[in-house]
Parts: sequence; C-alpha cells; structure tokens
Amino acid sequence: MLKTLRQISAVGIVTEPHPATDDSLRLRETLQQRILGVLGRALCIREVDAGSCNGCELEIQALNNPLYNLEGLGIRFVASPRHADLLLVTGPVSKHMEVALRRTYEATPDPKLVVAVGDCGCTGGIFGESYASRGRVSNVIPVDVAIPGCPPSPTRILTGILTALESSATSAKGVRP
Amino acid sequence: MTPRNWWAESTELPGAPGVRALSVSSNDWSRAAQELAAGGARLLALWANRGEHALPKVHAAFLIDSGALLFDLQMTDDDASYPGLEGHFPCASRMQRAMADLCGVRSSDPDVRAWLRHNAWPPDFHPLRNPASQLTDHEAGVDVYPFVRVDGEGVHEIPVGPVHAGIIEPGHFRFSIVGEKVLRLEERLGYVHKGIERRFTELDIFDAHRLAARVSGDSAVAFSWAYCQALEAIAGIAIPPRAAWLRALCLELERIVNHLGDLGALGNDAGFAFGLAQFSRLKENLLRACDAALGERYLMNAIVPGGTRFDLGTIEARGLTSAVTAIVNEVSALRTIYDEHEGVRDRFTGAGVVTPELAARLGLTGLAGRASGQAFDLRCDLPCAPYTEVEVTKIGRSTGDVAARVAVRFDETKESAHLIERLLAGLPAGAYRVTVPLPPAAALGVGLIEGWRGPVLVALEAGAGGRIARCHPHDPSWQNWPVLEHAIIGNIVPDFPLINKSFNLSYSGHDL
Repeated sequence: MLKTLRQISAVGIVTEPHPATDDSLRLRETLQQRILGVLGRALCIREVDAGSCNGCELEIQALNNPLYNLEGLGIRFVASPRHADLLLVTGPVSKHMEVALRRTYEATPDPKLVVAVGDCGCTGGIFGESYASRGRVSNVIPVDVAIPGCPPSPTRILTGILTALESSATSAKGVRP
Repeated sequence: MTPRNWWAESTELPGAPGVRALSVSSNDWSRAAQELAAGGARLLALWANRGEHALPKVHAAFLIDSGALLFDLQMTDDDASYPGLEGHFPCASRMQRAMADLCGVRSSDPDVRAWLRHNAWPPDFHPLRNPASQLTDHEAGVDVYPFVRVDGEGVHEIPVGPVHAGIIEPGHFRFSIVGEKVLRLEERLGYVHKGIERRFTELDIFDAHRLAARVSGDSAVAFSWAYCQALEAIAGIAIPPRAAWLRALCLELERIVNHLGDLGALGNDAGFAFGLAQFSRLKENLLRACDAALGERYLMNAIVPGGTRFDLGTIEARGLTSAVTAIVNEVSALRTIYDEHEGVRDRFTGAGVVTPELAARLGLTGLAGRASGQAFDLRCDLPCAPYTEVEVTKIGRSTGDVAARVAVRFDETKESAHLIERLLAGLPAGAYRVTVPLPPAAALGVGLIEGWRGPVLVALEAGAGGRIARCHPHDPSWQNWPVLEHAIIGNIVPDFPLINKSFNLSYSGHDL
C-alpha cells in the first residue's frame, strides 16, 4: 500500500490542457446548440468499432489515460448506446457490422451526434468499398464530424469531439470550462 | 510404416529462414499431417488459392523442429473436398470453414457452418475464387447462426456482442451458464471481415505493405515486416543489415507498447484502477518517444519494401534509449506493487487455466502459449537477421493462468527493453533501404515474424506486372481463439473480461 501511495504521489498530476476545436473537421451543423443547451459540456460517448483494424481503438483508449484525462472534461465512455449523446465510430463499416451500427444509432436517444474516426471512417481508407465493406461511416449513418488520420492522434480525436460539442460560434474560445 | 522424412524431401522456399515446401498427393497430405502431429509439429496456417480458371490448391504450413514446412495439395477436381486436418490439429477447423466461405474449397470436416460469411453475400459467391467478379445486389437476410446448445436444469444463455461494452473490437460470445459458472463458451467471429485478402489482389505489390500493416493495427510492424520479407525474398534481394536492425527495433517497441497496454488493462479488470492509470501513462510516454524518434506513434508506415521508411540519427537513438530505460525502471517498480497486492494476486492466480497438455493438444501459440509451457518463439527457433546476432532469451511459464500470462508480459517487456538497448548500441552503419526489383510472376514467398501476440505469417504470390496473385496474412489469434473457449470453462462470468484480456486476441487479424 505504501509503495502504491508513494508511486501516486511521485507521479503527481500529469494531465495536459485540452486542444482547441477545429471547424475544418465539421461535416454538418445541426444539433450542436440544442445539445449544448441540454448538456452543457457533460457528454456520454458510445464507441462503435464498425470494422476497424483496431488502430483507432488504441488511440481512442488513450483518451482515458491521465495525460488526456477525458473524464476531467466531463466526457466519458458509456457501455450502452441508450446512455450516449455521441457515437464515436471507426470504420470502414464492414457489411457484417452494418446492421449492428444502424441498431446502435437507432438505440441512441435524440438529439445525438456522430463522429467518424480515422481515414477509414472518413473515406473507407485503404479498404475502400467492396463485397464486404460499405466504406465510410456516412454511407450508413449521418455523420457530424469526421477526423482523418491513420490512426489520428488522441489530440486530434479530442479536437474532433470538442468540435462536435461546441457550436462554431463558441469554438474560438477553446477554454476549459 | 516408418514416418517419412518430409523435411528431406522438401525444397527451400523464398522468405523467412528455414522455410521449405513440398507438393503432396491427397493421401500424403493426410499421412503427413498425422506423422507431423505425432512428432509434435504445430500448424502455423492453412489457406487456399483458387484462380478463376485454375483448379484449387490448398496450402498448410507447419512448424517442426527443423523449421517451417509448407505442404501444397493440388486438387484435381473442382468440386471435390480435400482431407481436413482438424483430427490432428483442432485449430484447423475454423481455417477450413473460412476457406470454404472465401474460396469455395471444402474440406472433409463435418462442421460445414459458414465462419467468415454472415449472410452479407450469397453462399455461392466466393470472393477469392473470382477476383474480378462483382457482387450483384444481395439483400442481407436475418443472420441465424446455429450455436451449440447446452441443455439441463438451470442452464441459461448470455449473448454478448457484437458491439461490446468497452472500446474494443466487435465479436459475439455465447455463454451457457449455471448460476455464475460458465459451462460453455462459443465464439462467433467475422464481424470485421472487410475483404482484406481480395483487396490485396487489387493493389500494387510495392504498395500492399500498407494494407499488411492494417490487417491488425496493434501488430502493424509484424505484418508489414512479414509481407516485406516475403516480397524481398521472391524479388531475390537481401535488405541491408541496418534495415534489419531498425525493423527489429520497431518490432520490439510494438511488443512493449502492447504489453504496457495489456498490463494496465489487466490490473483494471482485476479491480485495481491504479494499474491502468500508471501503465497507460507509461504507454503514452513510449508512444510519444516513438513519435519523436521515428515520426509516428504507432508504426503503421515504418516498414517498407527494401528496408525502413526512416533512418535513425544518433540524437533520436539516444532519446529513445533513455525513454525506454525510464519506462522499464518504472515497470519494474509497478511489478512489485502488482506482485504484493493481495487482491490482484487473488484474481490473477488460477483464473483461466490452460494446462501445458491442453495447450499442446490445441496448438496454443505465441505469448499465451509461452505461459502454458509451449516454449516457442520464432526469434529464437527460426531467427532472421538481426536476431541471429542479437539473441533473445526465451521467456516461459507453465501454470497457464492469468498470472502466468501477466508474468510473461512483464518478463518480455524487460527482455525487449534489453534488446532495444543492444539494437541501438550496435546499429550497423550503411543504407537503411534498397530498391526492390519486380518479382517474377507466380513466385511464392513466405514471411514469418514473431509479433507480440505470436507468429505472424504472410504468404505472398506475385502476379504479372507488379500485381499480387494471392496474399494470405495469418494472425496467431486463429490458433488461440478456440483455446479461450476452453480457458473459461468452470470459471465465473465476471472473470471473463479478465481472462479474455489476458489473451488479448485480434478480431481484425482473424476476420480479415
């Protein structure tokens, strides 16, 4: 126990400031104000791997490490789409995951946001569209913000999530609430 | 009948060192499998090749004492079935079902359920049989999979997935339980099948290493290296020593990155959130060190045909060495905390046991195999450069529980850090990349690399004019997924996430 406490105190708080938002990632402008009105900055995210190589998942997981400390921003990952405000979807959407992705989308209560993560989620990436792949996430469900990268860094993913969350009018501030 | 010396009859194949091949008849195919199994051989991979106008050919790769031995069986009838290997090598079953789905080549295995096809395309469409054919509109029907049912008083089922609760890949688990105790687990995979093998045939042979790196994103170095190893061998060139050393540096970094992630997640699944916070911080530090020295956090683009994408300067090498040293020192302190924590020890010890006997019978491989007495590591047993010079100490345990798989990760992290130190200190001078000439059409090469999960195989057959005729990437998860079904038997449902994480198998690398 003593060693554990010593380690915690030796490391201290390593959380870094979060990045500013980036309007170039925004695909459409619909619900942000409404969601902001309801939620402020408290947000629940359901992550859906709809066919990814697992690279994007590794970087999304990193958002929970102490340096990015996503929960410190009031944002957390939840285990059910019924508890979620935002779907974070990686792709390409495999045909075998298409139904599961649609059902997850339908199970998420309105108003909801969708953020596509990674080159594959944005364009289909190197896998493209085929007998087994539907390609980009927006071929299957509406997407608000798309974050390119293979995989995008946690900072880029966080930028995308915050961009989805902020309306373009307030995005210039980029301050921690 | 005395066992035949298959190895002596075979001829050398381009690719990893110690890979040889032999064409066999249908009778010899079965006889060889039986004799190899009796001699303790392990099945590495199984795949089929079926051109539009050619008769199908089935390939099996085995690991034996002398090296890796490939058999190919040329079928003489388009619709005949070949003798299944599942009787001697149980892990062959799912590979054979996948071959039936993708190539339309059937084995004699009585389990004819579709494996990688979930109704998204019709059963008579075989994506690898007619590479040029397009799928006509197919209305995906309701996908009903005949799970094996367990009957008895008080037995009920828990279906889990494909969308899981955490930030992980999709797959379906069907538990049959009594109370909290698991009687049976049946996995259903294939959800992230995205047509990788067919996609290979659409890419330029000098560009497809990028796809290989994305077969399983956590094993990008292992797959892209195995792909390039096969390509360089059929093109008839050897990479410069510096390139081989830099590739090994990447491979060991990838191993440590994954082990750090798993060690944190395993602590968390045992109820010790402190472990996740600490190890995920160390993993992030290492990813940033990779970014600073090599230009990317995950090494998705580091390995290219002929060598590596980057060279490494002295300053970058020094930065990487000090980052790895600092991380490994902290890991050793955290290991003491894990070892001394009674709650963690209690959850780890005796959970998800795979005995060495069961592991040998089912062909458990890689990291999980080494935790169950299966002391195989390609870096030691079939070393390619630079592992011929920078020797690896083989890690192993025999208790086969979560604790053993954790211990192997701790030991391997330390060993890999030691390797990185030696690789950076002795990095040979010279070129880090050479030009690779166009390989001759129809040449077959096999790459074999010990990734962090286990042996990764890439079989590459060149087509005409810089195209790919066939490329089969094989992840060790194919062997280990069926063993997880055994590891959970008799354990309680709440221990499944912990046991599952202790294997940490790939979905994407398996579903292709």
